[in-house]
Amino acid sequence: MLPRADGTRHDAGIPLTEGRGSSGVPPVFGTPAGLRAKDLLSIGDLSADEIQLILDTAEAMKEVGTRTIKKVPTLRGKTVVNLFFEASTRTRASFEIAEKRLSADTLNVTTAASSVAKGETLADTVRNLEAMAPDVIVLRHASAGAGHLAARLCRARVINAGDGMHEHPTQALLDALTIRQRKGKVKGLQVSIIGDLLHSRVLRSNVLLLRALGAEVCTCGPATLMLPDMARLGVRATTSIDEAVEDADVIMLLRIQLERMRGYFFPSLREYFQQFGMTAARLRRAKPDVIIMHPGPMNRGVEIASDVADGPYSVILEQVANGVAVRMAVLYLLAGARHE
Amino acid sequence: MPVVMAADQVARTVTRIAHEIVERSRTLDDLALVGIRTRGVPIARRLSAVLHDITGASVPTGVLDITLYRDDLMRHPVGPQPVLRKTEIEFSIDDRRILLVDDVLYTGRTIRAALDALIDFGRPRSIELVVLVDRGHRELPIKADYVGKNLPTSLRQSVRVRLEEVEGVDEVVLEDAPEG
Repeated sequence: MLPRADGTRHDAGIPLTEGRGSSGVPPVFGTPAGLRAKDLLSIGDLSADEIQLILDTAEAMKEVGTRTIKKVPTLRGKTVVNLFFEASTRTRASFEIAEKRLSADTLNVTTAASSVAKGETLADTVRNLEAMAPDVIVLRHASAGAGHLAARLCRARVINAGDGMHEHPTQALLDALTIRQRKGKVKGLQVSIIGDLLHSRVLRSNVLLLRALGAEVCTCGPATLMLPDMARLGVRATTSIDEAVEDADVIMLLRIQLERMRGYFFPSLREYFQQFGMTAARLRRAKPDVIIMHPGPMNRGVEIASDVADGPYSVILEQVANGVAVRMAVLYLLAGARHE
Repeated sequence: MPVVMAADQVARTVTRIAHEIVERSRTLDDLALVGIRTRGVPIARRLSAVLHDITGASVPTGVLDITLYRDDLMRHPVGPQPVLRKTEIEFSIDDRRILLVDDVLYTGRTIRAALDALIDFGRPRSIELVVLVDRGHRELPIKADYVGKNLPTSLRQSVRVRLEEVEGVDEVVLEDAPEG
C-alpha cells in the first residue's frame, strides 16, 4: 500500500516534542479507562492510575490463557509488526502469543533477515513499515530512545520492547503483576534489585514503576556497576548483598550483561558470583516469604545459583506467564482506540 | 424520573422468573446460570438463590465479561477502552442448558457478543436468555425467553437498573436522556 489515501502526513497529529505524558500534556482521555499517551515508551509516561489499569486489565486477560480455545476476537483486522533489532526469546515470543490471542495479524521483522543487514537506517525501516499501515509497532533496539524516534515518525502506536540501556516497560509491568499476585500489593514492599544495575533497562523501568506504586527500592551491585543518581529517585544503594537480602519482600536479580560491557567492571564471573551471586546460603537471611525474580535470560552460576533459580522462592516462570497477559493488556488498551 | 419498578417489584419479578424456569424444566441438574457483567451477575446469583429455595438444587453460576467481544470496540475514533474485567465460568458448559442473564435487553448487541463469548467456552446443549427488562428497539434478531418486564420506551429514553449489590438500592428507572 502506498502512502495514506487521505493525504495526511505520517506524523499528523503527533506533537514533535519530547516528554509527552507525565507532565505538561493534558490527558487525551478523560477517564482512567484509557492510556493518555499514543505509545508505550517509558514507565515515566504512565500515572499510577494508568499502571493499575494495565495491571487490572492484565489480570482479566489471564483468564483467556486458561481456556481450551485461547483466543478472543478483539484485535481482528489489526496489524502488529514486531520489529526486533536485538536478540530476544521471551519478549518476542510473549508479544507474538499476546497478539495472536487477541486475533491481531502479526509480522515479525528481525535484523538478520531484513534490509537492516544491508545498511538501512532505523528511521527508513520504520517509515517503510509505516507505509504499509500497521496499527502497532513493537520495537526492540540497541539504542536508547529508538522507540521515541519511531513514535515520532509514524502514526502506528509504538510499544518499546527494550531500547538499549534505557527502558523495558512491559517487563516492569509484568514484574509488578507478579509481585501483586504473590503479595497482594506493591505499596510499602521492600524490593531489592541486585546485579548489573548500570546496563539494565529492566532496572530503570522497574525503579520508575515501583516508586510510582509506593514500594521501597534498594539496589545492590559492585561499585563499578552502580548508577550514580539513584538517591534522586528515592532509591537506596548498597554494595553489601547481605544488607540487600535482609528484610526484602522481593529480590530481583539482574543479568550480568557481558555483551554491553565495554571495559572491565569486575575481575571474573567467578568472583562476581562469590560476592553477589544469589545462593541458598545467602537467602537464609531473607524473610521466609521472600520471592526471587529474574527477567531472564539467566546466567546460572553468575548472578543466581541453580538451586535458587529452581527453588521454592523462585517465581521466574510465573513472570514469563504473566508477560503474555501484560502484553495483551497493553495491546488492548493501545490498539483499541485510534489516536488522532 | 419515573420509577418503573421498585425494590419489592424487582424481588417479586426475580422470584417469578425462577418459578417459570422450574416450570419449564424437566430437571435442574443440567442447568447453569451465566450473568453478563455488570448487573446480570447479581441477578443471576439471586435467581440461583431462589431456585435453591424452591427446589433445593444448587445451580452453578458463572460471570461473563463481554468486553473483548464487543462489535463497537475498535470503531470509536478516540476515547477510552471499556474496562475489561474477569470472566469466571468455573464449570464446563458442554452439554449444559445455559441461562444467560442480563439486566436490560435493548439492541441485542450485548447478547450477540455474549453468545460468541460463551461458544468459545464449549458447546452448550442450549442457551436461553433471561432479562429483567426488555425495552425494545432490537437491531439484531434476538429475543428473550424469560422477561421480567416489557417496558415500551422511546430511543431518547434510557433505562437504569440499580441493584443492591452494585448501587445499594433495587429499582428500575426510566430517564429522559438527551443523548441516544
